[in-house]
Amino acid sequence: MLLDVQDIQTFYGGSQALFGVQLKMDEGEVVALMGRNGMGKSTTIKSICNLMPPKSGRIVLDGKPTDRQPPHKVARLGIGLVPEGRRCFPNLTVYENLVAAARPGRWTLERVNDLFPRLAERRDQMARSLSGGEQQMLAVGRALMTNPRLLILDEATEGLAPVIRQDIWRAIRALKADGLSILVVDKTLSELLPVADRCVVLENGRNVWEGKADALSPELQDRYLGV
Amino acid sequence: MKRENAINLVLLLALLATPFIAQAMGETFTVTLVTRIAILALAAVGLNIALGLGGLVSFGHAAFFGTGGYAAGILASHAMSGEPMLFGFEGSNQMPVVWLAAAIAAGIVSLAIGAISLRTSGVYFIMITLAFAQMVYYFAISWPAYGGEDGLSIVLRNAFPGVNTMRPMEFFLVCFGVLLAALIFSALLRSSRFGAALQAVRQNEVRVASIGISPMPIRLTAFVLSAMITAVAGALYADLNRFVSPSMLSWHMSGELIVLIILGGTGRLMGPVAGAALFVVLEFWLGGITERWQFFLGLILLVTVLFARGGVIGLLAGKERHG
Repeated sequence: MLLDVQDIQTFYGGSQALFGVQLKMDEGEVVALMGRNGMGKSTTIKSICNLMPPKSGRIVLDGKPTDRQPPHKVARLGIGLVPEGRRCFPNLTVYENLVAAARPGRWTLERVNDLFPRLAERRDQMARSLSGGEQQMLAVGRALMTNPRLLILDEATEGLAPVIRQDIWRAIRALKADGLSILVVDKTLSELLPVADRCVVLENGRNVWEGKADALSPELQDRYLGV
Repeated sequence: MKRENAINLVLLLALLATPFIAQAMGETFTVTLVTRIAILALAAVGLNIALGLGGLVSFGHAAFFGTGGYAAGILASHAMSGEPMLFGFEGSNQMPVVWLAAAIAAGIVSLAIGAISLRTSGVYFIMITLAFAQMVYYFAISWPAYGGEDGLSIVLRNAFPGVNTMRPMEFFLVCFGVLLAALIFSALLRSSRFGAALQAVRQNEVRVASIGISPMPIRLTAFVLSAMITAVAGALYADLNRFVSPSMLSWHMSGELIVLIILGGTGRLMGPVAGAALFVVLEFWLGGITERWQFFLGLILLVTVLFARGGVIGLLAGKERHG
């Protein structure tokens, strides 16, 4: 098992956000983490990365528990996070953003440039001068440069033009075909469900449904995800 | 970036050419003035690595500047008197040895100061670096072996192989050479992977941690490298004045180095050179007109901070890269 989130409880100061979330992922699996806004998806991701360490429960990554590890150590265990809101380093060039993150492995600058040819064209441009879609590509590329075992995409296509969105989804499918394990949070079910092997649905910081993507019927979607 | 490169080159050539022109016109004092520019610029090139690239506003770089100065003074005085120092070392009047000693001494001091003060950030970092620098300052004042408050004279300027350093022109060329080397080092550092990571740490610590980089070692490395360069400048400064005193360690000196960088352009490669040139020229020219020249320096600094945040380089070379 690649990732095993065991019954974690996470708090924002005094208010509890996660009430025992469970999440298991195998190598090469694509899992969709779903739920309405404010149900604990991003908190779960922050907890996995130890950006917001859980108060109780355990997270085991590839056999190694992550408790009391600083975030950079967790990242080094093999988690590549693409955070919500495309957080690149605005005053570094595209190239600098990518190489600063690099750790040895299959993913090199050439492969990232093959995946997103736009990044190669924008090599010497400052990240802040990129369009939203390009910044998102850069955020994904930067995460890949760390050669993660597990890629986490938090709302990677939010607020992007449809054409760009397609580019990002194409990349995600390519990464899946390549055998990378991916944990995805996304609102576009029509794109997400065909890619995901499995879905995990959260509600009010608890697991409420889990199963194959095609088993998530319109009724269930309406029940757990509809607004 | 092309325009910035051209301006950088012009600035360097101007710095190199001025003493030759001055000497030809018989204005030997100007040679010393330009030497002072080169040395202060070198000190600020060091600070710029921490402050400009790393966003670490160190208000204690005088400690490293002074450490370098005292390294030069102490080694020279032992070489002169023949009295052995610690471990029977006889002192030295050779600049390369002095520079190495200055850099190593400041490296050790900055490693200790950095390891503690880099655990804080923002205004606490500014204050704690100031506090450490003041500790070094009062230590120097109360240590009678090397002059205490009166400072320490260097009877003969330290020597550099193949150069007569007592001639102003030749000493200037040595300083210019060191400055050039530091600028090249600084440019290489900036374009390296380490430089990218350092700037990323300045921009967002959490983001850096989430791609698997620990901020602390990167900051500490930058802080120590920065201190070592500033210490070499301190050694040259002591040689220029043939005198070292606790005033090199005082917080005025730390402030002056920060002012140089802000005037020249924070985080810009040639910012320290432009800033040092402007500062020394103002000091000399305004200082000749009025004793209260620092009032006008204050006004200029105010205008820079309010209206020209890129400093001189920002005005000349356009949009700042730093943010």
